[in-house]
Amino acid sequence: MSDRKTVIDVRIGAGASGPADAGLPNALSRTLACIVQMIIPASQTAQLPGADDPRILADIAASLGRDRERVLQALACLEAMAGEQQPGVLFDELPGEIRDGIVTQFRAEQPALATVLADATVRCYYRDDRVMRAIGMQPRAPFPEGFALEQGDWSLLEPVRARGPIWRNPG
Amino acid sequence: MNDPVDVLIIGAGASGAAVAWSLAETRMRILCLEQGDWVKSTDFPSNGRDWETRQFTDFHINPNRRGNAADYPINEDASPIKVANFNGVGGGTILYAGHFPRMHPSDFRVRTLDGVAQDWPIDYQALSAYFDLNDRMMGISSLAGDPAYPPKPSVMPPLPLGKSGQMWARAMNSLGWHWWPADSAMATQDYAGRAKCVNLGHCIAGCAQGAKASTDLTYWPEAIRQRVELRTRCRVREITTNEQGMASGAIYYDADGIERFQPAEVVILACNGIGTPRILLNSASSRHPHGLSNSSGLVGKNLMFHPYASIQGVFDQKVDGYRGPHICVWSQQFYETDAARGFVRGYTYQFGRGRGPVLTAMSGIATGLIPWGQGHHEAYRRLFEHTAGMLAICEDLPEEHNCVTLDPDLTDADGIPAPRIQYTLGDNSRKMLDHAVARGREILAAAGAREVYVESPMAMAGWHLLGTARMGTDPATSVVNEWGRSHEVKNLFIVDGSIFVTSGGVNPTATIQALALYIADNIKRRLANLFD
Repeated sequence: MSDRKTVIDVRIGAGASGPADAGLPNALSRTLACIVQMIIPASQTAQLPGADDPRILADIAASLGRDRERVLQALACLEAMAGEQQPGVLFDELPGEIRDGIVTQFRAEQPALATVLADATVRCYYRDDRVMRAIGMQPRAPFPEGFALEQGDWSLLEPVRARGPIWRNPG
Repeated sequence: MNDPVDVLIIGAGASGAAVAWSLAETRMRILCLEQGDWVKSTDFPSNGRDWETRQFTDFHINPNRRGNAADYPINEDASPIKVANFNGVGGGTILYAGHFPRMHPSDFRVRTLDGVAQDWPIDYQALSAYFDLNDRMMGISSLAGDPAYPPKPSVMPPLPLGKSGQMWARAMNSLGWHWWPADSAMATQDYAGRAKCVNLGHCIAGCAQGAKASTDLTYWPEAIRQRVELRTRCRVREITTNEQGMASGAIYYDADGIERFQPAEVVILACNGIGTPRILLNSASSRHPHGLSNSSGLVGKNLMFHPYASIQGVFDQKVDGYRGPHICVWSQQFYETDAARGFVRGYTYQFGRGRGPVLTAMSGIATGLIPWGQGHHEAYRRLFEHTAGMLAICEDLPEEHNCVTLDPDLTDADGIPAPRIQYTLGDNSRKMLDHAVARGREILAAAGAREVYVESPMAMAGWHLLGTARMGTDPATSVVNEWGRSHEVKNLFIVDGSIFVTSGGVNPTATIQALALYIADNIKRRLANLFD
């Protein structure tokens, strides 16, 4: 673990910041792009972008906020695991099946960090205009327009009324 | 030193607002100190495209996660249930769902009826008129005639049933079980300056429409109009006492972090079941070595949450999803004690309408229903607008080992010792949760769910903070008397959820506010000999 920690520290500190990543170290920007694409890949059939789409990825990186440190930790952990597989090779450079294996191991060993990554991804993915349209939502804030809600059939209450009071009278 | 006031209220949330409004007619000089600030309706998440995201950041229900300037940290490591609160004008009513049930007559007589905990020193009848008054002041939507309650008036019509509500109604009817449209803090008509609900669907994180009854919109404007002063960003450290053993005022830090002393003739605590014991314990002095008003040793003891179970299902039919208030219908089929169930007391089901797009994805991934990778989109489509369920809110019984103390190391931004909570789930609560999950599965099956997932107890669900300075007639076994006055300090009152003797199996805001109005009326009636 101490070796992995050294790798993590080096990789967090390595390289200049990426262009659209709100200050993530370069190597970890690539890791982020790779892992979010593994969480939500593009779909040709559904005509949906992947979470590594440049606009969505930039939103994810810029919106880490309170989770920034833990996301960095998660990304560095993935890189450390990649380094254990093939020293000197970055996570996104590994063959797909090796990356899949790393992600499976990562999710099993670091479930909390995996959740942080997934949450950070879906929070931005499901507010992208293209995605919202694709799932049948208007790309807008709830206010001021709101939404329609049908009143419903109030006669459904009749059997409840017919059974009478059920509260307990303490006397 | 500031100019003295007649009444100093600490906390501008549900109860502080109600007591301030009620006392305003006395024309006494009344000041409220609130550690947070006003929240503008334009600041609420539903104004923006990041409406779902912000419930995980600056509008998160947990103060440790939220970490706003107004928040104080809480050491909750020793509790499976994490605290939900909001610090600002309106308090918890800013970040509540707006479920507005009252406690039931039986809730005040649990020792007599079921042989557990203690009876309250007051009964439902004593609060009945205050429940009604509070419903009018808050502007509550409901349908009269709920057979789970004694008759009570309705202020305005209930929220629409919608697709989801009808689905639940049919399921409950098929089982022969009680359901009813929930009493709700969402205005279904324009009401007292509030615009009616337009189904923004994101009520918990604050209502941009202003349809939700938070006390910054209901009681506070009325109280301020009657010259109550509300001073924000003022965090109270301790209540001081004089040689006569009376409260003399409070020391607080103002918006600039400057320590100030506010003298007062009467002090009223309205800081919830964690904030209130924190201040009392931080007010320890040579005269009160174990904390103020703590001769019984019960300040901070008997902390009650409501343990929650979440039972959610995936349906073939479409549900309302993100449209409309989460509040929909409720069931109190299992509210009253039935010894055959293996536990005493009971619970309420709160049926929901569904989830927004982000929460659908987050919960779907967390439960394994949505995979990472290629299957994501197909699985998501099966869940989005097809997932709904219920929460079971279970009565929690008071146990002394569940408590609030002061953390020896942790402090807030002003250096004031922070609270630490210790809480374990009681055996009765566990059995109740298990029952609620089992019956919940039956309801979901009756509604046609093809997959069910459960979280019990819910971790992020400590919305209700109760019991840590309970009321009673015996100073040896209670902190305040039957009208909220400290047994020990005759000009100190507590009006928040701390004074609950038991928790009931319903959201407590209606009862907290009715109690605050009841205590305010007692203060007004006894002004001539208030300290006798």
